[in-house]
Amino acid sequence: MKNKVISSLIPVIALISLIIGMVGCGDSTASPLPPQERLRVATTTSLYDTGLWGYLEPMFEEQYNVELDVMYVGTGKALEYGRRGDVDVITVHSKAREEQFVAEGYGVARVPFAYNYFRIVGPAGDPAGIEGMSPEDAFKTLMETGIGSFVSRGDDSGTHGKEKAIWEAAGFNYETVRIAGTWYIEAGIGMGPTLMMTSEKQAYTLTDMGTFLAYKGKIDLVPIVDKGDILLNVYSAIAINPENNPKTKIDLANNLISFLTSPEIQELIGDYGVEEYGMQLFTPCAGAEPK
Amino acid sequence: MTEIWQGFIKAIELIVTLDPEVMEIAGRSLSISVTSCLLASVMCIPLASLIHFHNFPGKRILINVIQTFFSLPTVCVGLFVFVLFSRAGPLGGTNLLFTPTVMVIGQMILITPILLGLTISALSGVDKAILDTAISLGASGFQVAVVVLREARYAVLAAVIMGFGRAISELGLALMVGGNIKGFTRIITTAISLETSKGELELSLALGMILIFIALIVNFVLNRIQQR
Repeated sequence: MKNKVISSLIPVIALISLIIGMVGCGDSTASPLPPQERLRVATTTSLYDTGLWGYLEPMFEEQYNVELDVMYVGTGKALEYGRRGDVDVITVHSKAREEQFVAEGYGVARVPFAYNYFRIVGPAGDPAGIEGMSPEDAFKTLMETGIGSFVSRGDDSGTHGKEKAIWEAAGFNYETVRIAGTWYIEAGIGMGPTLMMTSEKQAYTLTDMGTFLAYKGKIDLVPIVDKGDILLNVYSAIAINPENNPKTKIDLANNLISFLTSPEIQELIGDYGVEEYGMQLFTPCAGAEPK
Repeated sequence: MTEIWQGFIKAIELIVTLDPEVMEIAGRSLSISVTSCLLASVMCIPLASLIHFHNFPGKRILINVIQTFFSLPTVCVGLFVFVLFSRAGPLGGTNLLFTPTVMVIGQMILITPILLGLTISALSGVDKAILDTAISLGASGFQVAVVVLREARYAVLAAVIMGFGRAISELGLALMVGGNIKGFTRIITTAISLETSKGELELSLALGMILIFIALIVNFVLNRIQQR
């Protein structure tokens, strides 16, 4: 009996030691106890989809000897993470909400570091005939004719916020737009997937230029409306205020902001993607609001 | 269709060339899920035996509740763990949010009902005669439990495999509490989600196939051990 118990235990012991071995190996390669500090940044999807963060991350890590954790979320979620103090700094693009965030004491200051312009993109045939219109008129035409579908991010992101602002500027209450008809599609996903959906449906959507260029080869859409002051898209970095969330790492967050606004990095941001896409994805604007 | 085929080829390519980034992500998926499954098993199998071998009022209801939680959506567990470990939350001081550790904790919560429920079922399936014989031979309560557990080992192992499968394949929880941080909390499922959103469908499919491949190896190892 005793022998049997022992022999039946052997496989169990073997399994446990095997698993511990695997976990041990896995952990030693996967998550070595970090000697350096970790800085957490929550970023809007467009700065990630374009690859900009992937490009800047190793430079920052090397320069400041810090492990940078970049979290890919929308502006809405980034602001929520910031409010809760779960990240140390955010890079977002929704001016009104950022100003509110800072005014409420969650952020130290709003530091713009780059900008580009939104575009209304759609099928090359332009079924609604909105090419050349102002963004406001284009939206008005979509609403009034009901020709052509519009895919909205519908996820409370910065781009979604801009879309709402254009609807308001065009003279519509956003809530009435949402229920205006089946042509208005709320996707609830990031910019890249929204572009893919828009392309599948041959619909219109509002996109930042960076993500659009990064996806150009994968989608069948062209820019339709690209002029209008309302289309300005400013990216800013906000350090989380330690007064509200004492555990956030304000010094490291400030390092990241000085890094982003430093002349060398500003130049790299300005050059980013030029070779690949034949045009500038981001215009640097170190710390100042673009005119 | 060609994408699926290309994904398959890409998966083989990534495995054969031991692509460092993919290997790292796969290793992390494996170690997190194995850890959570092992810890949850160590906790749940004795607990399930306790529930099975004791009669108490509300036992049926408890088992019903456990079985109901089989349907727990991963994203709800994620939300719960997020709120718990967020800096503003009750366990915020532990500073564990967006780390592999909290992913293990979340996966343990996720698979505990499955391990408990299926282990109880496994024990219920053992012939009552074995229990009676053990008792009549003068076995203590603990010895009886060991005998019955040994009889039920195939079904118990199936419960563990099921739990592991749910742990390694879930996405909602890992995305929410892990944050999908490159080189730290990115695992296969969150990488698939990211690559899909980037439009890299072939790579996503390849990663999915690698996940199945890992599950195959784990199942193979477990079955070999069982057959000894």
